[in-house]
Amino acid sequence: MTDLESFRAETRAWLEANCPAEMRQPMRDESDACWGGRKPEYKSEAQKLWLERMATRGWTVPDWPAEYGGGGLSPAETKVVKQEMARIGARNPLMSFGISMLGPALLKYGNEAQKKRFLTEIARGEIRWCQGYSEPGAGSDLAGLQTSAEDRGDHFLVNGQKVWTSYADKADWIFCLVRTSKESKHNGISFLLFDMASPGVSTKPILLISGNSPFCETFFDDVQVPKDQLVGELNKGWDVAKYLLGHEREMISGMGLGQGRVTLGDKVKAALADDPLLRADVARFDVDALAFKAMSERFIDELKAGRAHPAQPSMMKYAGTELNKRRHELVMAAGGSAALEWESEASAGGKYAREWLRTKANSIEGGTSEVQLNIVAKRILALPGA
Amino acid sequence: MPLYLTDDQAMLRETARDFMAEQGAIRAQLRHWRDKGCKDGFGHGLWKQFAEMGFTGILVPEAEGGLGLGHVEAGIVLEEIGRNLTPSPFLVSAIAFVEGVKGGAAGERWLPGILSGDTVAAVAVDEGRKHRPEAIAMRAERSGNGFMLSGEKSFVVQGGSADVILVAARTGGASGETDGLTLFAVEKDASGLSAASERTLDSAMAARLRFDNVAVDADAVVGEVDQGWAVLTRLLGAGRAGAAAEMIGVASGAMDMTVDYLKQRTQFGVPVGSFQALQHRAAHLYGELEIARAATLKAQQLLDEGSDEAELMVSVAKAKAGQAARLAVQEGVQMHGGIGMTDEHDIGLYMKRDRALDELWGDANYHVDRVARLTGY
Repeated sequence: MTDLESFRAETRAWLEANCPAEMRQPMRDESDACWGGRKPEYKSEAQKLWLERMATRGWTVPDWPAEYGGGGLSPAETKVVKQEMARIGARNPLMSFGISMLGPALLKYGNEAQKKRFLTEIARGEIRWCQGYSEPGAGSDLAGLQTSAEDRGDHFLVNGQKVWTSYADKADWIFCLVRTSKESKHNGISFLLFDMASPGVSTKPILLISGNSPFCETFFDDVQVPKDQLVGELNKGWDVAKYLLGHEREMISGMGLGQGRVTLGDKVKAALADDPLLRADVARFDVDALAFKAMSERFIDELKAGRAHPAQPSMMKYAGTELNKRRHELVMAAGGSAALEWESEASAGGKYAREWLRTKANSIEGGTSEVQLNIVAKRILALPGA
Repeated sequence: MPLYLTDDQAMLRETARDFMAEQGAIRAQLRHWRDKGCKDGFGHGLWKQFAEMGFTGILVPEAEGGLGLGHVEAGIVLEEIGRNLTPSPFLVSAIAFVEGVKGGAAGERWLPGILSGDTVAAVAVDEGRKHRPEAIAMRAERSGNGFMLSGEKSFVVQGGSADVILVAARTGGASGETDGLTLFAVEKDASGLSAASERTLDSAMAARLRFDNVAVDADAVVGEVDQGWAVLTRLLGAGRAGAAAEMIGVASGAMDMTVDYLKQRTQFGVPVGSFQALQHRAAHLYGELEIARAATLKAQQLLDEGSDEAELMVSVAKAKAGQAARLAVQEGVQMHGGIGMTDEHDIGLYMKRDRALDELWGDANYHVDRVARLTGY
């Protein structure tokens, strides 16, 4: 048996023994996710136990160094853990923007003290993070952001407004892009971390077309931020921001995999029997979904081996989100009039309709599809600027 | 196993890329033989060179004198063939036929010629206009010590040039059933076999074969009598994955040519590639091609592992590569504008080759439907 094979056998045995049965059931919706945080809201004892066991093993972040709370696993071992989790349908123990976005940026740009403190908290799910990027006047043109951080000697004084801050009302800390210089658009941005409980921070949820409010407006009114919470160099935050965006796009592209369901036709079979056109549409979708799954595997493998094009996350984000929108269009078509129900118990409070509407944001959040295509055209295909 | 090429495979790709760009280039091969009106549609000299390079032995086990490599390696060569539109019996002879006969008596008989580049082989499956292997109706009746074959086959690529043809016929069961099929290796000069070769739009040759009481010995049977579906599935799996890889090459060649053109061609005083309307379409195409490439590599790896999931993924790859290549050649011709409509420019040749490869062993629709069936609807 090779080392990797014995690692697989050990992993399989450990997961069998430690993953609670309830955590092997697919999540019904986004609200079934475990987000951790200072005041964690566990839906069940099993959810809490699963997070604790995985965090103790460092497997909320299997490939992060052990000294920062990770599992210290190689890319090949990490892949084995993911495969073995998928094999038994194990849920992700911890949904976290700290893991998917901030962590990788800190690993690359954070100083030792920041890594020790923040990465460990992230790995254990102790702090829930939100992202302060977009502003009312800075959407696709993100670098046009105006939220300011003034140097006040021992701290920065932050004033301004962010928008589309996912779960800001539930987050403990924020990673935030601020303007520290007006001399240069891109070279006047800095990357700050601060506590959402700081005086002067307030949030206001935004009601979306889905009837839910996953996003907030976030306001900063004379918020004092200690200087050691600056990541990277002053005015060089755009590099950190872009690097983090790559990871955000990588995360969002995962939507193309439909939370592990991948294919659709086998789940809505009954609706297809007497509807050949829908069957054909669904079958075309399934081909694209299975192909995208292979692409996701290839992308992660290449990324871990340092072989991926730095702009490849943009292609992945574009393809994955467009695929997810298609999936939910088809789910609605297969559901027919039953999928139109908005409040009924039978529809679990309009689950299908609300999820369908939610997906329309996929190709907007984290950079629109059009922005991703611009990036691919320029950075990968090297097409000339307009 | 990571889903990218190993170092050895990357080396093979360099070798194949250099070789094909030099020896298999469009002007040296495709246009040369086309403009000569070549009756084979490919050059035997190049086939011999393929053998010298070891390419024809990629799928042949080492015990039978080959390299004993796999479908990933076969796909590497096929992608370069696709990129250069190189006319070659490689896909049909060295991939589909070899996969069908290796490890048996027919392998002993025919593989040495494939390895040396002296033999060309073909595969006869289809009977109508579309690929419907379960609908095979051609009969093979027991007769004396062997069988008597009667019926017709269509779209037998290189069937008129082949020394041997692997033929799927019905020894039992009825059209629509997978049981009762048997494969036969039939020599080209068998009495009662006639071939009508037609040039296809991509300047290749495909034959309609007519079997008029063609008598073959029992040792012409490949695999087991009535159990041909298993052999057919294996050879079609290899062939379809190979065709997908060749389409990836066709699409890559077309896309590279098109992106270069977008950078060179100026209108309104700027390169046309600076227009966002074209940039977004080119970027979309890039993504589709990357995804198709990943699906194809995944299918090849699963075939090499002997995985149960290989069949499904082969159909995903054939469908996705077919769609991506179709997009690449359509965008290619459109983005080239008027010059893309001329015979002088190569982009139109990519469009023709794609059309033929998509049709071979099931077009994208066939494989989309097959994915639905394999996943239970």
